[in-house]
Amino acid sequence: MNSAKQQRMEKAAPWVLSVLLLVVWQAICSLFNVSDFIFPGPIAIAKSLVEYAKPIAGHAWQTFWTTMIGFAIAVAVGLGLGVAVGTSRFVYRGLYPLLIAFNAIPKVAFVPILVVWFGIGTIPAVLTAFLISFFPIVVNVATGLATLEPELEDVLRSLGARKSDILLKVGLPRSLPFFFASLKVSITLAFVGTVVSETVASNEGIGYLMMAAGSSMKMPLVFAGLFVIGVMAMAMYEAFAILERRMTGWAHRGGHAGG
Amino acid sequence: MTATTNPPSPAEAGEGRGEGARALVDFRNVFLAYEGHTEFAVEDINLSIRPGEFVAIVGPSGCGKSTFMKLATGLVPPTKGTVTVEGARVTGPVKIVGMAFQAPTLLPWRSTLDNVLLPLEIVEPYRSTFKRDRAQFAVRARALLKTVGLDGYQDNFPWQLSGGMQQRASICRALVHEPKMLLLDEPFGALDAFTREELWCILRDLWSAQRFTVILVTHDLREAVFLADTVYVMSARPGRIVAQRAIDLPRPRDLEVTYTDAFSQIVHDLRERIGMIRKAQAPA
Repeated sequence: MNSAKQQRMEKAAPWVLSVLLLVVWQAICSLFNVSDFIFPGPIAIAKSLVEYAKPIAGHAWQTFWTTMIGFAIAVAVGLGLGVAVGTSRFVYRGLYPLLIAFNAIPKVAFVPILVVWFGIGTIPAVLTAFLISFFPIVVNVATGLATLEPELEDVLRSLGARKSDILLKVGLPRSLPFFFASLKVSITLAFVGTVVSETVASNEGIGYLMMAAGSSMKMPLVFAGLFVIGVMAMAMYEAFAILERRMTGWAHRGGHAGG
Repeated sequence: MTATTNPPSPAEAGEGRGEGARALVDFRNVFLAYEGHTEFAVEDINLSIRPGEFVAIVGPSGCGKSTFMKLATGLVPPTKGTVTVEGARVTGPVKIVGMAFQAPTLLPWRSTLDNVLLPLEIVEPYRSTFKRDRAQFAVRARALLKTVGLDGYQDNFPWQLSGGMQQRASICRALVHEPKMLLLDEPFGALDAFTREELWCILRDLWSAQRFTVILVTHDLREAVFLADTVYVMSARPGRIVAQRAIDLPRPRDLEVTYTDAFSQIVHDLRERIGMIRKAQAPA
């Protein structure tokens, strides 16, 4: 009984905390009479969400599918590179330092270059989302493959298993939990990439909307944009978390049932 | 098993045994240094294993016992000397072996049955007909699981089984393709004493029934003496075979035999020899 109650409390915790945060936020804004132009409260933001529902929905859709395309490319490239890095020492030695260096470069720095190449709009946003989000996938897939137990490899190799057998039967299934864990991180990063690019170089998307709203002093709308990005990222994160549990339940088991 | 005849190895000739019996595995002056090391991991190994023989290799940890296993299965080529299996010089994986280790290394996303079936998906001739004959193979795997007392657990996942049960399943996986040679690397090292003795008996019964050749690597002298026909003692790095002892306790051996004087005497002898090696090698 006690544990059931505790479970319910755990489930309610994020909601309670969110509501509490909003209340405190609104209280501060009302109490100190903070101008909406500086720091709007939740009520002002909600009003603006409703007022601009239609344009927000349009821009949100633009940001969403841009992100998903960039993310899809990141998954494909990340998986490919991850398998290459995780299975070949040669590729690992050659490529890994370059990947690390590349990852350290702020991806915002790429946006102006992409704009020169592709013009402003969707393409730089897709590419920025891709560039920012593929790295965790590479690292995780490579780690999953590289941490294969050597004994297991010996068992299979002594039977004459080919490299591809070991990869398909053991390596890839084993690295799935790592892969799905990286998807959760990557999808949120992909949103960051899209919005950054839209902010700098686009006429569409939530990033552009926030930029435009900011320059016309509609602060509540800027915050409404932030809110929408947050909700989209959270929803996608949750979707991949569910997918992860479905696909790799064996890696997230509770206690042992042994006898 | 093959048409080629194998001249008796020095070890065999020296011991004056195994006349007429062709060796399944034959090591001649085998040295191995791993890449990037100048020191040998194993040195001047000479031994010969008859088909159906149960061999145990004992020695202190880090003595190259696992290296020996890799040489016998063709996973690594010797730096010097030759390893012969079934009369043919070993140049790559020999494909007639099953292996089990201290860690059960079962795949957590596969059921126990599917784990046991794994080698059949890899090794010929089963590989090419696996899809067609899966049902038939599953019957065989289930029968094997039954002999080790895992009847009714075939659909459980490995992580739902206890350590001893996982190790039984691991041994089934090593045997499902009916290998001629079973290699065990401290397979019972992580189990409690009761489970260990239970598994000794299971291994003994499997071996008596099927008469595959076994190479068992262990630090447990009682285990070695109880199960093996021949015990080899290896020294610490570089690994050398410093003693060989035929265990002539009558078969079938019951666990009771481990409490007899004859048994204790052999264990005692072996322990003494290992003690001597350790002393000789201890840093001054």
